[in-house]
Amino acid sequence: MTTITQPKEASAKVELWLRMYRQMVAIRQFEAQVNELYTRALMPGLAHLYIGEEAVAVGVCEALERTDYITSTHRGHGHCLAKGASPDKMFAELLGKKAGYCKGKGGSMHIADPATGNLGANAIVCGSAGIATGAAFSARQLKNGRVAVCFIGEGALGQGVLYEVMNLAQLFKLPVIYVCENNLYTEYTHYSETTAGDILMRATAFGLEAASVDGQDVLAVHGIAERLVDRARRGNGPAFLLCNTYRYHGHHVGDINREYYRSKQEEQMWKTERDPIANFGKWLVEQNAADPTSLAQVQSELELEMKAAVDFAIAAPYPGVDEVAEDVYA
Amino acid sequence: MPENSVQAQGDRELTFAQAIREALAEEMRRDATVCIMGEDVAEAGTPFKVLSGLLEEFGKDRVLDTPISEAGFTGLAVGAAMTGMRPVVDIMFGDFITLTMDQMVNQAAKVHYMSGGKWRVPMVMRTTMGATRRSAAQHSQSLHAWYCHVPGLKVILPSTPYDAKGLLKAAIRDENPVVFFEDKMMYKVKGPVPSSDYTVPLGVADIKRVGEDITLVATSSMVQVALGAATLLEEIGISAEVVDPRTMWPLDEKTLIDSAKKTSRAIILDEGYERYGVTAELASVIATGAFYDLDAPVKRMGAMHVPIPFSPPLEDVTVPTEQTVFEAVRVLCGR
Ligand SMILES: Cc1ncc(C[n+]2csc(CCOP(=O)(O)OP(=O)(O)O)c2C)c(N)n1
Repeated sequence: MTTITQPKEASAKVELWLRMYRQMVAIRQFEAQVNELYTRALMPGLAHLYIGEEAVAVGVCEALERTDYITSTHRGHGHCLAKGASPDKMFAELLGKKAGYCKGKGGSMHIADPATGNLGANAIVCGSAGIATGAAFSARQLKNGRVAVCFIGEGALGQGVLYEVMNLAQLFKLPVIYVCENNLYTEYTHYSETTAGDILMRATAFGLEAASVDGQDVLAVHGIAERLVDRARRGNGPAFLLCNTYRYHGHHVGDINREYYRSKQEEQMWKTERDPIANFGKWLVEQNAADPTSLAQVQSELELEMKAAVDFAIAAPYPGVDEVAEDVYA
Repeated sequence: MPENSVQAQGDRELTFAQAIREALAEEMRRDATVCIMGEDVAEAGTPFKVLSGLLEEFGKDRVLDTPISEAGFTGLAVGAAMTGMRPVVDIMFGDFITLTMDQMVNQAAKVHYMSGGKWRVPMVMRTTMGATRRSAAQHSQSLHAWYCHVPGLKVILPSTPYDAKGLLKAAIRDENPVVFFEDKMMYKVKGPVPSSDYTVPLGVADIKRVGEDITLVATSSMVQVALGAATLLEEIGISAEVVDPRTMWPLDEKTLIDSAKKTSRAIILDEGYERYGVTAELASVIATGAFYDLDAPVKRMGAMHVPIPFSPPLEDVTVPTEQTVFEAVRVLCGR
């Protein structure tokens, strides 16, 4: 990102950077509102916040077209937003309202949106690995040039189905990228206690292109994602991208006392030294691509936008009880 | 402690979760081959905090955190059980038993018979069930009927702290695979539990409330619903008997049939789906066994046939409630 020659190219780059910054802030502000809703007991069920991991979703999804596919996880709000979902319909879904993406039937862990290629978030760890691989199979058969990204947490490395589909993906040369977000902990257990051997070698053993990247650096994530997406789109097969990252909050919003599995100092270190938004903001200022005032303005604009989206969701009606059996076909 | 009692006796009160923890701790003290494994069972003591304190007492070699590999560690438990251990596996949400199906259905359930009675699989799977926690379609199911369908598996659905402790201890001592379903909403419910060593034998139903006019056969979470409905019914002069089979298999058919013969009417309540479910099986037992004494067809009430919706007003109508049971009884009794 150092040699900027053509002015036109340069401005396109700056535009991309600012868009990525904005998207990361949008996710953080969205999640801040979720936290607020949850603590005020306005949100039913569980909420798994994505705060701290924003650079992964944004860096990867910025490398995708709107028609490309993603599958997401229980910690999926960031993926959905980065792929283009609108916050008001997401909040409505989180509150179980009819205006939500799934008419209130899915909730936080199941947001799906065909318009943005979102095949669905999934509450079963690794539950969407088959689905993402299947979407890539369709892309191959239909020759529509699409790519599928399968977001998984490192916890999904424990599921056998992942190895079955990676093998299939390589045999069929499918345009799928398994993006593994290693935020160090599954629920309350450090990944080193549940993951033997080398993670990347699990993918290279099947012949997948595999890489690891600093998941707190949106430019690094984006750069490598572009390369892997391009490679997949050209028919050169699947890839595995390991993004090293951290979740700032608990496993879910109710996970408050965390000292028995990770220290406050560790949390503090990631927040102050490795924050993807703060660090990228600083870098943008250094590049003269933004100034602190304009960045602060992005923050406040998005905060307002998210508040408005929350208000919309709170005011929206619940589905009628007679809708409970709608969409049941068997 | 007589079986078929109306009131479990106990010298103190424990929560459902404490009763389960105590059963495990006592069996682990008694038998060094008992060990526990599952996701976040050790330091975290499970997300429901059911196992808190076991790691401290028994150490990492007997309370083992596993990767998120339900099929893998269940299979491991089958092999360990065949070769000298008594493993208890923890499947956090009952919805995830789908991932353990081959290990349980084709392996654990078959080994003893297929080997001509030579191998045994003394293992326990503990898992959960139950909706209304706003957890949506993949974390709210009650799939116990799936395992009830298979010869070679015993299935337990405790509904009180007393039963949970006694049945879990019996399950651990059993020589064959047992699946133990815990209602997530019940963990904080309190009830009397004796401090002395006791077990509740598998295959013995319990009459949770004596009545004359109708039999409510209820399992797990539905026992409290049935008891609540019975209280409402009392007010309009209908006396309901609540029978809890406690174990789906082995099944105490006699107690169910005798109760229905006495009252001449029966409703079966279970949180699983009605279609091909537990309610169908139990209704058929009563319809056949009490045929000449019934004054009305046996009615079934289970989960609505939908994936459990997230939205609270929708989720709430998918499971039987005191009120819906009350109404159903009135219709059945013509009152
Ligand atoms: C098959 C399955 N097993 C267990 C769970 C319970 N569970 C939900 S999230 C989680 C940890 C997931 O860890 P990871 O994949 O690393 O994602 P993270 O939460 O760290 O983002 C577990 C064990 C589940 N949802 N699905």
